[in-house]
Amino acid sequence: MPVTLAKRRVIPGFGLTMGFTLLYMGLVFLIPVGAFLLYTTTMSWETFWNAISQRQVVASYKLSFGGSLIAATINLVFGGLVAWVLVRYKFPGKRMVDALVDLPFALPTAVAGIALVTLYASTGWVGQYLDIFGIRIAYTQLGVVIALTYIGLPFVVRTVQPVLEDLEAELEEASASLGADRLTTIRRVIFPALFPALLTGYALAFARALGEYGSVVFISGNLPFRTEITPLLIVAKAEQYDYHGAAAIGTVMLVAAFLMLLIINGLQWWASRRHG
Amino acid sequence: MSIEIDHVNKHFRDFVAVDNVSLTFRDGELTALLGPSGSGKTTLLRIIAGLEQPDTGRIRFHGEDTTDLHVSERGVGFVFQHYALFKHMTVFQNVAYGLTVRPRKTRPSKDEIKQKVMRLLELVQLDWTAHRYPHQLSGGQRQRIALARALAVEPKVLLLDEPFGALDAKVRAELRRWLRRLHDDIHVTSVFVTHDQEEALEVSDRVVVMNKGRVEQDGSPEDVYDHPANPFVYQFLGNVNLFHARVHDGIARIGDIQLPAPEFQGYKNEQGQAYVRPHEIEVFAGREHADALHAKIELVSVVGPTVRLELRTDNSEELIHAELTKHRFRALGLAQGGDAWIRPTYSRVFLPDERVSNG
Amino acid sequence: MTTPSTVIDTNDTIAKRWRRATEEPAWIRITLITIALTFLTLFLVLPLTVVLYGAFERGIGVWYAAVSDPDALSAIRLTLLIVAIVVPLNTLFGVAAAWSIAKFEFRGKSILISLIDMPFAISPVVVGLIFVILFGSQGWLGPWLSAHDMRIIFAVPGIIIVIAFGTLPFIARELIPLMQQQGKEEEEASLTLGANGWKTFWYVTLPNIKWGLIYGIILCNARAMGEFGAVAVVSGRIRGETNTMPLHIEVLYNEYMFTAAFAVSSLLTGLALVTIAIKSAVEWNEERRQRIAAA
Repeated sequence: MPVTLAKRRVIPGFGLTMGFTLLYMGLVFLIPVGAFLLYTTTMSWETFWNAISQRQVVASYKLSFGGSLIAATINLVFGGLVAWVLVRYKFPGKRMVDALVDLPFALPTAVAGIALVTLYASTGWVGQYLDIFGIRIAYTQLGVVIALTYIGLPFVVRTVQPVLEDLEAELEEASASLGADRLTTIRRVIFPALFPALLTGYALAFARALGEYGSVVFISGNLPFRTEITPLLIVAKAEQYDYHGAAAIGTVMLVAAFLMLLIINGLQWWASRRHG
Repeated sequence: MSIEIDHVNKHFRDFVAVDNVSLTFRDGELTALLGPSGSGKTTLLRIIAGLEQPDTGRIRFHGEDTTDLHVSERGVGFVFQHYALFKHMTVFQNVAYGLTVRPRKTRPSKDEIKQKVMRLLELVQLDWTAHRYPHQLSGGQRQRIALARALAVEPKVLLLDEPFGALDAKVRAELRRWLRRLHDDIHVTSVFVTHDQEEALEVSDRVVVMNKGRVEQDGSPEDVYDHPANPFVYQFLGNVNLFHARVHDGIARIGDIQLPAPEFQGYKNEQGQAYVRPHEIEVFAGREHADALHAKIELVSVVGPTVRLELRTDNSEELIHAELTKHRFRALGLAQGGDAWIRPTYSRVFLPDERVSNG
Repeated sequence: MTTPSTVIDTNDTIAKRWRRATEEPAWIRITLITIALTFLTLFLVLPLTVVLYGAFERGIGVWYAAVSDPDALSAIRLTLLIVAIVVPLNTLFGVAAAWSIAKFEFRGKSILISLIDMPFAISPVVVGLIFVILFGSQGWLGPWLSAHDMRIIFAVPGIIIVIAFGTLPFIARELIPLMQQQGKEEEEASLTLGANGWKTFWYVTLPNIKWGLIYGIILCNARAMGEFGAVAVVSGRIRGETNTMPLHIEVLYNEYMFTAAFAVSSLLTGLALVTIAIKSAVEWNEERRQRIAAA
């Protein structure tokens, strides 16, 4: 007579750790985010639509999305190049350069903000030379792009680097032995292998830039319609106790963030399938 | 301490890993669980250890039900395929671990632990590695340390999961002879999992052949090799040739060759398959026996002192594999591409309706 | 492996002309390295230098005066208090989440991992806003809170919770892949040897994840101390009360006290440098371990 046994796990602690994980996540962010979305639904559609479609707000979307897109593209090109150089070439101080790539991760955004504006202001170390050519960065949209590029810099490098390291040299040797020149090998063998990682890094950099606040507000100058990013408008509205306006724009940002998270997850799934 | 497995079942989603297995491992025996990958042998071993929970069925050690005992209280020694040595501990600390994590009341003193660990390290002939780390040892040495670590807690039973699976051929052969001698010294009831039939036959007192979650055969190594219970066991234990055969009144016929098949006494004109091992095929250069089958030698390969032939008979598409000594091969004067006559000297016939069932 | 040096010498002339199939010509390599380093200098090295230069430009005395100013000290104290609460909580969370995810199989695991990543994706400003709307004086629970004489927004509890939200994933994200990669064989071995769950965790799991955990804690700490956007929304910037270090830097900068702003910044910059140094050390250690394991 078969006896069915109660389900039990060999390694202990599942109930305890899973319970704490869910409780903590629930209290710190799942319930607050849920409550926030609920708050948005108490608004009438008209209020919501008016809040998110004001001309000043729409101008900020253009800057935030456009600027993030440009910054992520810059990072795609240069980040990919930095990853390549760090994995493939030897040069003095390489280990330090490699470590430094994480700086935007670890350095507070406010510090980065004042450093960038000091550097790129028309009197700054870099700004004064650009000024000669009539290029202004601080307090222009260019400044926003610079700050967003800075903040997204580690993402492409750090997603591409491990894939490049794992790429077997045999693949390239096989390609070369089959008669391909170096450029063909890079185009036909290396680039396709890196493509999912590049795309993931691009999406991560874009997502990070979209929500960035601290490093941008100093260098942007926050001129309405010109250099105001969307997160800045949220702060401004919250400070004026316009909670409906802030929540409506915040919801747009939140939905954009969820979409990006979904896309990134999809990309990572795709990359791991390609990789494995 | 005997181990009794009583109607154990285990499935993973829709895969049946262990299918209603009942077995008894006798006290002091060294048993091999032999089978191809996916046959459920490792799962069964992990169920005995308490690392997996059976869906139904009971496990008893010496008559005492241990099914609900947690792995940490079951008192088994488990040796993992990839050793699972603690990387951050020295060899000494690894072996001492099971003793040092005991509650204060039952924990031996530092000196006792030290003596015991050193004795075990001497037993596995690695006392000089006490202060090294696992990564400084070779694979074979790591496996011996893993064994010493398992023995330190004086387990009631010793369970080894593919203990030599990750080692190269030479170390493997040495280590399994060493395990046999060790078992003769310590006599703890032991079960080891392997997919290597040679290993199972050489080391164990008893072999349990598993396939698709079931036990195909359970017996002494000689028994299992000489009298396979069914076609699966026949094919799994070494190479085998298949011939069409007719069984009639205790006699099996392959072509004109007649071989005794006493288990089919009373059967009339049944069609079946005769299983013949390569070394049980006699090869002749000429037609010395009227009933021998004519064949062409398609390939000759010399492997050390043995010669393996691939032959094609006139009426079968399957190649026949035969094995003979290099000495005899030379004496016969055979050559690749030439003619030969073959004659099975022993066969075991299975009828098509015989189900692969046992246990 | 050692190759006799004579072999290298005789091959030297060939080595000069010969190029590996997996290599580019030298001039391309040098060009690419130059471009990459210029990019990194513009975006990483110069900002770092400008902070340190700005902080010490007018001498160590001015720097010291700036960081020992009462408002600065109170910002430092508040920041330390916050990390003393947030970092242990997030550490506990990271270890618990990694244990349950790496050592067990259960339905919805990948959803849970994605959820843990969520705070990364949400703009810090939105994080702050969420809590203002929940607990602010005009928010949902605001009236109830003020009736009971409690403040969360424009007070320390609000700052703590937004920072906990923002830095929640860091330690978990370090530990989950690490523990998944290590599998559970060593834990199983420990259990078969009679150890219970706690002992297995302390003696087997913890030593194996030690370095990843340390880096996770340091990174979480640096991010918690530097959190700006979310804190800017909920703190109200009350000097000496709810100003954290980054907010204090903003205030100083907006008041044109650049040297003081850079001086306080230099403290956080030092912390950031220590963080990435520890990350390199951890990675270097791991590489070495793998090299040894492979040998």
